[in-house]
Amino acid sequence: MSGFMAILKRDLHLATRQGMDNMMVVMFFVIAVVLFPFGVGPEPNILARIAAGVIWVAALLASMLSLERLFQTDFEDGSLELLSLSPITLEVAVLAKVAAHWLTTGLPLIVAAPLLAVLLNMNAEGFPMLIVALLLGTPSLSLIGAVGAALILGSRRGGVLLALLILPLYIPVLIFGVSAVDAVIGGFEANAQLLILGAFLMGALALCPWAAAAGVRQAIE
Amino acid sequence: MSIFCGQNLICVRGERTVFTDLDFNLDAGGALVLIGPNGSGKSSLLRLMSGLLPQAAGSLSWNNEEIREDPEAHADRMHYVGHHDAVKPVLSVAENVAFWASLRGRGKKTQSAVMAALEAFGIAHLAEVPGRFLSAGQKRRVNLARILAAPAPLWLLDEPTTALDKQTIGALEATIAAHRAGGGMVVISTHSDMGLESFKVLDLAGFAIRQAS
Amino acid sequence: MLHRFANPTRFLRIASVVQPWMAWATVLLGGAGLYLGLFNSPADYQQGNSVRIMYVHVPAAWMAMFCYSSMAIAAAVGLIWKHPLADVAAKATAPIGACFTFLALFTGSLWGKPMWGTWWVWDARLTSMLVLLFLYLGYIALVNAFDDPTRGTRASSILVLVGFINVPIIKFSVDWWNTLHQPASVIKMGGPSIDASMLWPLLLMAVAFTTYYLWVLLIRIRTEIIANKIRIARLKQVHG
Repeated sequence: MSGFMAILKRDLHLATRQGMDNMMVVMFFVIAVVLFPFGVGPEPNILARIAAGVIWVAALLASMLSLERLFQTDFEDGSLELLSLSPITLEVAVLAKVAAHWLTTGLPLIVAAPLLAVLLNMNAEGFPMLIVALLLGTPSLSLIGAVGAALILGSRRGGVLLALLILPLYIPVLIFGVSAVDAVIGGFEANAQLLILGAFLMGALALCPWAAAAGVRQAIE
Repeated sequence: MSIFCGQNLICVRGERTVFTDLDFNLDAGGALVLIGPNGSGKSSLLRLMSGLLPQAAGSLSWNNEEIREDPEAHADRMHYVGHHDAVKPVLSVAENVAFWASLRGRGKKTQSAVMAALEAFGIAHLAEVPGRFLSAGQKRRVNLARILAAPAPLWLLDEPTTALDKQTIGALEATIAAHRAGGGMVVISTHSDMGLESFKVLDLAGFAIRQAS
Repeated sequence: MLHRFANPTRFLRIASVVQPWMAWATVLLGGAGLYLGLFNSPADYQQGNSVRIMYVHVPAAWMAMFCYSSMAIAAAVGLIWKHPLADVAAKATAPIGACFTFLALFTGSLWGKPMWGTWWVWDARLTSMLVLLFLYLGYIALVNAFDDPTRGTRASSILVLVGFINVPIIKFSVDWWNTLHQPASVIKMGGPSIDASMLWPLLLMAVAFTTYYLWVLLIRIRTEIIANKIRIARLKQVHG
């Protein structure tokens, strides 16, 4: 446990000292969403209809873009080798890194999301559910993405490859994340969607650190 | 009675067999110097000893217990210095060293141990300097200070003298001597001659795969 | 000395015996299946002759799933027992499976035109197939993304296992997302009520597709083994 906290603290430290790097992810998120009114036209009804979907898709892309660096710098400077050689179980180390990643990139996205929902004229009833769904969904994205980030270590063209590997795996989270918000806006309960998102998170918590650690191990051999 | 032993080790990297049927053993306080031409597998053997690289065949044991059975226990008693120094550019020298020491749960003593380790390699005055300002030699010294800050009986050093000046090599020799005097073991690969006492030499050129026609 | 490098002579010997059998089985069964399906089975009373696309579409969709499952099993065997042939088999299966998936999507789209009046509908089954195609493409991209081929094999073995766990989740999600998908689906027709004149060509085609898969798989594995030999010979040149 102390090892988990030590790695978490170090990664948060690293992230805060390179402050702009994390802000760029949020900026990407904002710009990607703002592109949509230009693409589909400023008609408020259309924007309101697609708001939840657009925000979720943009959050997916932003989370994926930032994940490329999750293990990359540690891989290049030898820290990843030393982490795997420390007495901390590698799975725990991976989990700590994912937690730090989510706190520094996932959380800012959630903070920015309501603002974008306003820009897209989303029905105000959906706001709380958008935040709750993102809170439940984005950690799953970070966990699934960590597997991809570990597998692409040392490959040619990491970034594009990462997108190809993990975006298909993001689809279930996207479906239920959007569905939860749309259900509330349409006047229905969204408990089922939230439970399923929670189940995804539990499943990802159980499986992804293990798969990502296996990926890291074969990368540093 | 040797503590750290390897028997009939075979190492495969990618699709290449690097060495075969390699044996070694190391007693408390012992030192093993790996020599051999480029590509003979000095780094591979060290990675294999550390557990980074699984051996293709053969056994690697500590007090007659297979290391593979409990890799975390092995990690706890071992320090590895590879080609990369793992110095984070935005963390200060002291923070870099303290982080690695904290993973080994030495608790409150960490801070003083870190300073003592920096002192030993003559970089105590750099304690507050962020890693990005360091030269290659200074980074290497930070990496070496890391292994002093949290004691472990086995040191695996892959070309530790790279980028070091004469004075620091002297400090490293003294550190290794003190480590061995306390019962510690060291395996070291090197091109330059280091001033070690009563060490064994393992020439890896002798274990290359025999060319089967 | 090392089974990893052992010449898989025995496999090659068996493969050279089995391969022509698979080729003949594919030609004969496929020919018979196509003849029965195209000329000797009734047209559907609603869909007319376009129902005959089923004899290609359904086996292709089955094979798409079958190939991905085979890859997952092969990858698990390769990771756990480090059997070199398993890795090669997984790698060799991927492009074949991707082609089957594409064929299923393509014929599904052709079928959709007369049935739905449009080339593409976001029908749950077609959408799941599309995602499966992406999983295949990701695997193929990852296998080839490394300079060291063993790295690519190992990384993609982990990927295919993760993907395999995800396939039912994706399927469930897409079904939820599209609860209004066509209820009278082709695969559900395969119950006892289906007429024998339609069932026979369908089964023949399914078997023919499977033998075709095995045939091409054997060719690909043999090619891969030869390519490996060349690579090892090169490495010997470099390292003596």
